[in-house]
Amino acid sequence: MTATPATDRYRSEARQPVLRVDDLKAYYRSRHFGMVREVKAVDGVSFEVRHNEIYGIAGESSSGKSTLLKAVAAAMRPPLQVVGGTVRLRFLPGAKSLYEASSAELDQLRWRQLSYIMQGSMSALNPVRRVRRSFADFGARHLGGAGAAFEAKVIAHLALVRLEPGVLDAYPHELSGGMRQRVTIALATLCRPELVIADEPTTALDVVVQKDVLDMIREVQRQVGSSLLLVTHDLGVHAYLSDRLAIMYGGRLVEEAPTETLFRRPQHPYTRHLIASLPRIGEEAPKATLAGGPPNLADPPPGCRFHPRCPLAFARCRDETPAMTSVGLQHRVACFAVAAGA
Amino acid sequence: MAALLELDGVCKTFGGLLRRRRVAAVRDVSLSLSADSAEVLTLLGQSGSGKTTLARMILGLETPTAGSLRLAGEDIAALRRGAGRRRLLGLVQPIFQNPFEAFNPLRRVEHYLLLTARRFGGAGDDRAAQRATEASLRQVGLSLGEVAHRYPHELSGGQLQRLAIARALLAKPKLIVADEPVSMVDASLRMAIVNLFKALRGELGISILYITHDLATAYLVSDRVMIMRDGEVVESGSARQVLTHPQHAYSRQLKDAVLVPRFGVGDGDGEREPRPQP
Repeated sequence: MTATPATDRYRSEARQPVLRVDDLKAYYRSRHFGMVREVKAVDGVSFEVRHNEIYGIAGESSSGKSTLLKAVAAAMRPPLQVVGGTVRLRFLPGAKSLYEASSAELDQLRWRQLSYIMQGSMSALNPVRRVRRSFADFGARHLGGAGAAFEAKVIAHLALVRLEPGVLDAYPHELSGGMRQRVTIALATLCRPELVIADEPTTALDVVVQKDVLDMIREVQRQVGSSLLLVTHDLGVHAYLSDRLAIMYGGRLVEEAPTETLFRRPQHPYTRHLIASLPRIGEEAPKATLAGGPPNLADPPPGCRFHPRCPLAFARCRDETPAMTSVGLQHRVACFAVAAGA
Repeated sequence: MAALLELDGVCKTFGGLLRRRRVAAVRDVSLSLSADSAEVLTLLGQSGSGKTTLARMILGLETPTAGSLRLAGEDIAALRRGAGRRRLLGLVQPIFQNPFEAFNPLRRVEHYLLLTARRFGGAGDDRAAQRATEASLRQVGLSLGEVAHRYPHELSGGQLQRLAIARALLAKPKLIVADEPVSMVDASLRMAIVNLFKALRGELGISILYITHDLATAYLVSDRVMIMRDGEVVESGSARQVLTHPQHAYSRQLKDAVLVPRFGVGDGDGEREPRPQP
């Protein structure tokens, strides 16, 4: 088969975002003795992922980023439920929200058009089966067969992530962490999906192989023509890989911009703090620190969720929740102080 | 005067009787920390380089297969049991990677602070222990009222890690062994802890053995670094020297693996980070 770039296949659709999330709200709701307990892990998030781009979302632990991914992948399990908002995928027939699709429709698009790269490559692969078997299962399930043609396709695809055909005969534990993660990248991109969701894809890897795997992800993404939704807490990874970047705090987005803009001219006080406290070799300036910790999402502060820690907070921040407003080309910020030119 | 910490040809091999099953985690490592002036010595390396095994030997949690470890002139092997153990923990205190696992989830955190103050910090009664605890919490930027009556799950990783440091300080150690102390702490709180280590050395004169795989924080906090690979030290020297001009091929490989943005950071026309209000 020829490696037709997906950019050709979808040229007519290229202007349309691959993923559009509107005012998404996903809460963990549980009942204890009649009391409803609610954790608003994702609370009114909107963004879109464009054709052939790497869209990054950065956030600390308990900022809601993993919940956001679960909601976008329609992989909610109780007590997590989507209570509002829509998720639209360009390739979902009928242009309806993901949550209106039937489970048969979802099965149709999983892995073929929407696929995942997870953090733990060891748990993504069956530990007692050779890698070939994982690919064969995948082929049988999603490509309707696992014959010689399929194997040739797999081997060609493995070459893309610079793996020898020999890895097919290995068990997952016989491969290094970097190789295993490359196997999962190969699996995730085998069907040339339109959207790949990557959750902390290099966090479990050693520092020295991390960069190689990131290079690999970028290369494969460009070749296959997929869009990538990349979530990691590591701003270094985003700076290296993401085309556009959103910062998540307390279940909401606080800033979104092209990665370079976000690093050069951060606007939101939280983003500024994050960027300013990135340690760099060759620089010894003492770093600013913020008091307090991330908010408890079971009982978030009213108004802007950052206001208890914010150096710019004023009365309005305690009462009202700032919406994302445009402050420049492709640059949105949710902050009253910034919008007012503070 | 004897060195604070002196390691001479330390080796540690794990594994059974079969040669092919043995793993040499630490091979022939020698280092010393002066007793006269405190310093931050950083052990750098990727996972499997033996840095944690070395730390555990210094804390008396593992015995070396060969070589000697001396703390303030005493053999650590002799300090592992009985009364020696108490003396050892009065000299060296650990801070571990995962602050969520460092505290018993069923106990209020003050329990450990008061216990350490009484057992190792020389506090005779409850009042003295309380006072010592308050003082040490202040040093790490926490207040007793804020955290003492809480359970570990009610606190953030950054707060717990600072509590772990406060607890270590209560034993009035000469040396703190911190094994990846910030890798599980959120980015917005990480620098506060790294800066705290610098302050401990500068203000309290406590030497710190900082173990990490992160070159950037190592650069900020250390006086000296040692780069380890497969249990061996491949390069050591001043932090500035080693991290800005690494000589050994492996050190260069580690430095090249640091993710550097493809563009300048924070040098645009944007505003500078405002100083937070105290």
